[in-house]
Amino acid sequence: MGSTRRQIQLSLTAVMQKLGLGKAPPTFVGGVHPPESKSLTADAAIKQFPFAPVMNIPLSQHIGKPSIPVVSEGQEVYRGQLLAKPDGFMSVALHSPASGLIQRIDMMPSISGKMLNGIYLEPFPGSTQEVAEGQACVLENSAPEQIIQAIQMAGIVGLGGAAFPTHAKLKIPKDKSIDTLIINGAECEPYLTNDYRIMLEQPEHVITGIGYLLKATGAKKAIIGIEDNKQAAADRLGQALKSVNVDFAKNISVEVAQTKYPQGAEKTLITALLGLQVPSRGLPIDIGVVVINVTSAAEIGRLLPHGRGIQERIITISGPGVRKPGNYQIPIGTPLRFALEYVGVSEALSQVYLGGPMMGQALPSLDISITKGTSGFVAFTEEQTRNTNEEQPCIHCSYCVDACPLHLNPSQLGILALNERYQAMAEQYHLMDCFECGSCSFVCPSHIPLVQRFRAAKGLVKKQQASS
Amino acid sequence: MTALHKTLQIQTSPHITAGHSVDAIMRNVVWALLPTSAFSVYVFGLAALLTLIVATLTCVLTEHFMCRRSGRASSIGDWSAVITGLLYGLTLPPGLPLWMVVLGGFIAVGLGKYLFGGLGYNVFNPALVGRAFLQAAFPTAMTTWGPALATDRFVSLPSSLLALPFQLPSYQSITDGVSSATPLALMKFEQQLTETVDLFTGITAGSYGETSALLILAGGLYLAARKMLNWRIPVAIFISVSLISGIFHSLDPYVYPSVMFTLFSGSLMLGAVFMATDMVASPMTNKGVIIYGAVIGVLIMVIRNWGGLPEGVMYAILLANALSPHIDAMTQPVVYGSRKSKRGAE
Repeated sequence: MGSTRRQIQLSLTAVMQKLGLGKAPPTFVGGVHPPESKSLTADAAIKQFPFAPVMNIPLSQHIGKPSIPVVSEGQEVYRGQLLAKPDGFMSVALHSPASGLIQRIDMMPSISGKMLNGIYLEPFPGSTQEVAEGQACVLENSAPEQIIQAIQMAGIVGLGGAAFPTHAKLKIPKDKSIDTLIINGAECEPYLTNDYRIMLEQPEHVITGIGYLLKATGAKKAIIGIEDNKQAAADRLGQALKSVNVDFAKNISVEVAQTKYPQGAEKTLITALLGLQVPSRGLPIDIGVVVINVTSAAEIGRLLPHGRGIQERIITISGPGVRKPGNYQIPIGTPLRFALEYVGVSEALSQVYLGGPMMGQALPSLDISITKGTSGFVAFTEEQTRNTNEEQPCIHCSYCVDACPLHLNPSQLGILALNERYQAMAEQYHLMDCFECGSCSFVCPSHIPLVQRFRAAKGLVKKQQASS
Repeated sequence: MTALHKTLQIQTSPHITAGHSVDAIMRNVVWALLPTSAFSVYVFGLAALLTLIVATLTCVLTEHFMCRRSGRASSIGDWSAVITGLLYGLTLPPGLPLWMVVLGGFIAVGLGKYLFGGLGYNVFNPALVGRAFLQAAFPTAMTTWGPALATDRFVSLPSSLLALPFQLPSYQSITDGVSSATPLALMKFEQQLTETVDLFTGITAGSYGETSALLILAGGLYLAARKMLNWRIPVAIFISVSLISGIFHSLDPYVYPSVMFTLFSGSLMLGAVFMATDMVASPMTNKGVIIYGAVIGVLIMVIRNWGGLPEGVMYAILLANALSPHIDAMTQPVVYGSRKSKRGAE
């Protein structure tokens, strides 16, 4: 129902724009319009989650080296205390989500399916939500290097899901310079509303965070990019920018882009907002841009002035399989099973995704915990579980070619994948550019598992390249 | 056992789909062809009804039989054989013996589609393969046109329709002066022009389905609006045909017909809207389909103006079908970020 209305609205806007009535919000070429499904939680204010009886805190919650524990088994820790320090530059600090007792430091299940080292923490029954203050990183008195180090020590990573250490993105190589900082508030995945609620409820944290980021990178301006289905967040940030009393606010603007998946990918967002393309296989920094997730920016703004680290994060738990869908401030290390018990699940629960349904990973087990990269969980019941439709031959409808945001030819790649011609896929058809958004599989009328095959092919090509 | 302890299903993302399906696309093409088919029955009576039914049944049964022969599950559920049958039937001249209809339908699906590997693998539009076979095998029967709007069309069948298998029809009607020449033949061989209004509404002699441009365009618009037809193909054909015919008409209006006549006569509309747009046999990129459409337009004009036949749409589309893999290879999409941007070139 909601999606039909959305379709009508989209067509009307398109017609209006063709007739020259009303300015079109910027966008990129390609992409798809999955049902947004955000109304389940969009109006749910962020609520505090209780502590679980035992928290499972993996030492590797980010891309890079696992953190090194600085606490020992049997030790009592307080909420916000440093649990593990970064192991080199490509690593971040880890803080205690609760006051409690370190039971043991041992292997624990992880999202990838591998067992990873982590800390089992038993919160004290009376553990409060109070967090100890650390050594503040004051924006006005700090040099860029100090800010970058403070971000690393606060344990901040890409909170949109990538979990790439944020400070590593901000360290600009000597031969490059940065002009524009893009704050990614697109949140194009269906169901997820955690970024939206943060923009709505904590605009001052977002703005303070951008202040730190501007200073750390030396960028001249920052653009907060938001999809037009979250106009309220854009308005709220716009008001906050007018009312804050900081001089860098004049360098920050809010831009609204068309609602279209995958608008929240770095490349597509840059194209929509700046009209530039990131070079194939290159990084945004190659064109003087750095993209930071809006929640990461808000965390920087919330934590650095108090010298704190991440001990909790805001996630969306949603989907038809959940009884109390909402946006929750949840301690890092909360076991997923505990979280789902708290919000309640339907008897017909069939699948749980880490992230949204477009790129989210289906979890084989609930024995994992909420980590920094967890933007949310979506639970489906048997009703929504995708029917395994029988694959039919490609009819060259070109829906996938039109949908690919990177202008690859998924149809051709799919045929090559079937014939196991992985080398041709990589060399002639730019397989390695694919960032696996899944738009091709989403639109395919023949139900060909295109992106699934590309993922496998990418793995094989990488293996081959590594061995040769 | 609670819901939180049961085995979860795992699949790789995406976990939702747009809900498109091959059979939904194909079914919609059939819906889009229905007005044209119904009008054909109105103009040509029982003969059209019977021919369309026989053509469709032949194609569907051939598909079913071929699938069974090769040990696959029958693919008639995808509706593509229905389109082939209906389209093929619409290209046939009124009064064509039904046994020829059956033979051509068998060739259309058996040779034009199944021999290549079935749906998705055919190089040519199967309906046109069937028609091309008949054109080569039975040139007289394929260029003898029963009259439009015959008064007894709803009560009797033309005698030729029911000719026995492998018997050529006798066509007494030609000597009787009942048969009519198509507007293109009239123009080409007798320098006689038909009114554009008649061409547009479709009250002229011609194949069952190449009569009403209005209904064909309406069907095409419906499909284009639902993104089940790439509008660039017919538009590219119309533009290239208009340009070429416009130039030649202005050079010598007595030999070369006007743009309007060219566009609305013969099977150009049916071919451009429903045949050339066959997804399987046309290129995939938007640049590619424009080239493809332009090639079809040029070939149509070459055959119509200087060929021995009055009509060239069928051969033009078949030739362009053969070209489309090459057009595809030439017009691969430009991959994001592969062009040097201004900043990137610094």
